[in-house]
Amino acid sequence: MDLAEAPARAPRTAAAYKSSYKPIWCPGCGDFSVLSAITKALAKLDLTPENVAVVSGIGCSSRIPAYTSCYGFHGVHGRALAAATGLKVARPDLTVLVTGGDGDGYSIGGNHFLHACRRNVDLTYVVMDNHVYGMTKGQPSPTTEPDWDSKLSPGGTGVRAFHPLVIALASGANFVARAFSGDPNGTAEVIAQAIVHPGFSFVEVLSPCVTFRPEQRDWKDAVHPAPVEATDDPARAARRIMTDDGFNLGVLYKGNRAPYKGYPAPARAGVADLEKEFEL
Amino acid sequence: MTADAASSLDAFFAAAIAMEEEAAQRYEEFADAMDTHNNAEVASMFRRLAAVEARHADELMAQRGWTALPLMPRIEFEGCEGPETTPADAVHYLMTPWHALSLALANEERAVRFFEQLARSTTDETVRRAALEFKAEEEEHVVLVREWMGRVEKPPVDWAVDPDPPRYTD
Amino acid sequence: MPNASPQKTHAAGGVSIALAGSGGSGVMTAGTLLLTAAAGAGYYGLMVRTSGPQIRGGEAAALLRIAPHPIDGLDDRFDALVALDWGNVQRFADEIPLAAHSVVVGEEAEGEAPEIYRASGARYVAVPFKKTAKSIAGSWANMVALGFAGALAGLPREALHEAAKGTLKKAETVAANLAAIDAGVAAAQGVGGVTPLPPPGPRSRARWLISGNEAAGFGAIRGGVRFVAAYPITPATEMLEWMAPALAKIGGALVQAEDELASVNMIVGASYGGVPSLTATAGPGLALMTEGIGLAVASETPIVVVDVMRGGPSTGIPAKSEQGDLAIATQGLHGDAPHLVLAPTSIADCVATTQWAVALAEKLQAPAIVLSDQFLGQSRAVVDRPDELALDAKRIVPEPNAPDYKRYRDTPSGVSPMAVPGNPGTVYTADGLEHSEGGIPSGNVRDHQLQLDKRARKIAQHDYGERWADVEGEGEAAVITFGSASIAAREAVARLAAQGVRVKLIVLRLIAPLRTAELARALDGVSRVLVVEQNHSAQFHRYLRSLADLPARQQSFHRPGPLPLRPGELAETIAAWRNA
Repeated sequence: MDLAEAPARAPRTAAAYKSSYKPIWCPGCGDFSVLSAITKALAKLDLTPENVAVVSGIGCSSRIPAYTSCYGFHGVHGRALAAATGLKVARPDLTVLVTGGDGDGYSIGGNHFLHACRRNVDLTYVVMDNHVYGMTKGQPSPTTEPDWDSKLSPGGTGVRAFHPLVIALASGANFVARAFSGDPNGTAEVIAQAIVHPGFSFVEVLSPCVTFRPEQRDWKDAVHPAPVEATDDPARAARRIMTDDGFNLGVLYKGNRAPYKGYPAPARAGVADLEKEFEL
Repeated sequence: MTADAASSLDAFFAAAIAMEEEAAQRYEEFADAMDTHNNAEVASMFRRLAAVEARHADELMAQRGWTALPLMPRIEFEGCEGPETTPADAVHYLMTPWHALSLALANEERAVRFFEQLARSTTDETVRRAALEFKAEEEEHVVLVREWMGRVEKPPVDWAVDPDPPRYTD
Repeated sequence: MPNASPQKTHAAGGVSIALAGSGGSGVMTAGTLLLTAAAGAGYYGLMVRTSGPQIRGGEAAALLRIAPHPIDGLDDRFDALVALDWGNVQRFADEIPLAAHSVVVGEEAEGEAPEIYRASGARYVAVPFKKTAKSIAGSWANMVALGFAGALAGLPREALHEAAKGTLKKAETVAANLAAIDAGVAAAQGVGGVTPLPPPGPRSRARWLISGNEAAGFGAIRGGVRFVAAYPITPATEMLEWMAPALAKIGGALVQAEDELASVNMIVGASYGGVPSLTATAGPGLALMTEGIGLAVASETPIVVVDVMRGGPSTGIPAKSEQGDLAIATQGLHGDAPHLVLAPTSIADCVATTQWAVALAEKLQAPAIVLSDQFLGQSRAVVDRPDELALDAKRIVPEPNAPDYKRYRDTPSGVSPMAVPGNPGTVYTADGLEHSEGGIPSGNVRDHQLQLDKRARKIAQHDYGERWADVEGEGEAAVITFGSASIAAREAVARLAAQGVRVKLIVLRLIAPLRTAELARALDGVSRVLVVEQNHSAQFHRYLRSLADLPARQQSFHRPGPLPLRPGELAETIAAWRNA
């Protein structure tokens, strides 16, 4: 995509990518800003809304598709990446975004996450990570700290937190970034880069849950821009991600991994030709 | 094309307009969220604040004779967003109009600091004059919002208490 | 009474030969070549594969039946068992029933045939397959066996040669193995036991050699499927392996998914994108997919799921056939989830029924489950070229910028235009959450009632035409069956008819929605029914009873796998039931 090419008409604003349907999220939720960042990123790239599909699973953040003016698919819990993979492979002409939360993506959808990374289909996966299940009233998710007390796991799970960026990198994602919902403009920039970058792009957005994790409001004081530019060396990226404080924002890895090869190729035969192998 | 707000009068105005627009959008977003959460009073307060900011933006556009921003301003000041934009996590579904106004007050005070700092840092005399003018205007807004706050009821100490637990959704 | 004696009844039965052996013996290749030779000589035929659990080197048998007329299933008895060795071949004794007239042909070096085969009274003949092959440099014992079996069946030597030449590559290998075939033919002279086939009739139409898995894959493509996502599972994998290169040729794509949860959601996603999509699986995979099929119901996304049924539950008996997934296919979804369930009635019908399933799914924007099974899927048959069906498989889509577009609009038919991404002015979000007509999530009483009614109506009110079942014959007694069980049932009814015993046969192709009015018409004048199926708990009978008004006099014949239903046992059962 040539970003420098000037469009013939006035470029679309972020508002052009929002639907008239209003979010049900709690006031103060980080997801408002991520929605805003997604619409800003789409505006920045000036994509035609009907040529963009936003696919999601279940959870607070998975409600995003209907809040956009793009085609949306709100599927079942954990399976958004699978639905998006089918859509993108069948319709490579579409820009396909996948949105969801940490429970949806890393727990019930964990297997699909691994394989979406390694398959490297050209998707952009935006995870709004708040370390908690919001829609089922505050249970620990794979990214929850082991000592976080909850009704379902009194005293904490005692289980170490999942590291999505390391997993994404190790599994083959071609673009790995961390963003923060409190910085919607920075998040928009990262998402726009993720969309443009070929292959599977993973953007982990720290997005506070003000209802079940009000202490996450303090994240705005913890985040800081990554001190160095993105690398295309997975080993360096891994080292950086493994050793950072978890609040390092920006594009951390931009790779050149081989894209998915299984997209449809132009037909070289008709259905009638397929009969020949059966004919006696 | 992006430009530093202090670099030219056009860049300065573009920044001021973008700030107002972003602030207006955020207030609109809050108003919608409050409507969804059945807090009509605060929703209408945010709607009024949004209208004020949007009107400012329109006036500035008209003043420059613009129909669209000629360039994308770069604003870096006290946080990730524009000086007049309320942080997205600063609201609560049980908040009162007084809370909404106190957020607006903080935004206006930040705007004063922003223009003051801009006036100090710019080397362009036209920008400096405009920044000081805008600063004076924001100071007036601070006074207005303070007065407004005096007219609305102060929140009770238990304003955030909800006797019912959160609900399951999906 | 039907004739249940092991006498040869050639006109109907044809020749049945089993080729057996263990690791490296090449009996499957010999079986395939025998079927190809029969086809080349103008006969119809069928080959069923059976094998032990080993991936390589295990015992295996090719079960063949060849006749001048179309053959859909196996006969009651085998005329000949040709074994290249006896290593564990006794395991197939139940699958290779012999009669007193049968001949058991064994490798001379292996000694006597196992007692279990001799118990039938079959005559034993020892043949030095290995020694013969050794004497012809570069030839293989299975080719000697091919010549032997071909000669027993009465196939012309040229047909055997042509079949072998079609697969063998190097010139010297061809020469050696043609000689081996000739040696096998010579060894079979005077052995007897098998009445050679009569000359085949004239070939009136083109014929195909095809497996049910290939047939289902081809039918899907004829129906318009251009995207497949699937996870490997026995016995569905060959369908996918056939489709992968086929789709690549015609501009489609196949994705190997990480699991069945992914495959069903991938095809839902692809179909949402406007591309007719399919997955194939077996019982355990279908169980994992039921959540995704529910999503297809709620979001009204057309998909086709081919379930090549195997012995269950759980991992069960993966490489053997059973009709045990009828209950999960019809009743296994969560919530009130109207959908389509179809069952092909033969290998050839796998083409038409899968094509029809795609057409119905696309037309009705609903999931369709096709119940094939291991017998249909993994068996290979010579069939008349299945006609192309003129089906209306067009998905209804809105015009660009259709005014006041609502994805889930309540229409008289229950089907509402489905916008495809890229179409301007009709943007919507497909949702598994209950929704309003416009697609906005809703738990509203009216919306739920409206959408439930809409989804039920489109399935119930569609005109399915005559294809819902094959209704054959007349009589006050009727056999109702479906899927591969219908093959033995049809042959049993034909045998009885030849003896003047009239029984009506109703083979359901559309299982769900059950066409109760049409079934009632088909049962007009019928005072009693026998429901025939291959599973342990009479799932089909119970399903019919839950929805249809069957005559009060009804009986169930149900037997689980792994053994196929035999026409003889059904003929006896039907005759006894009819006379009761």
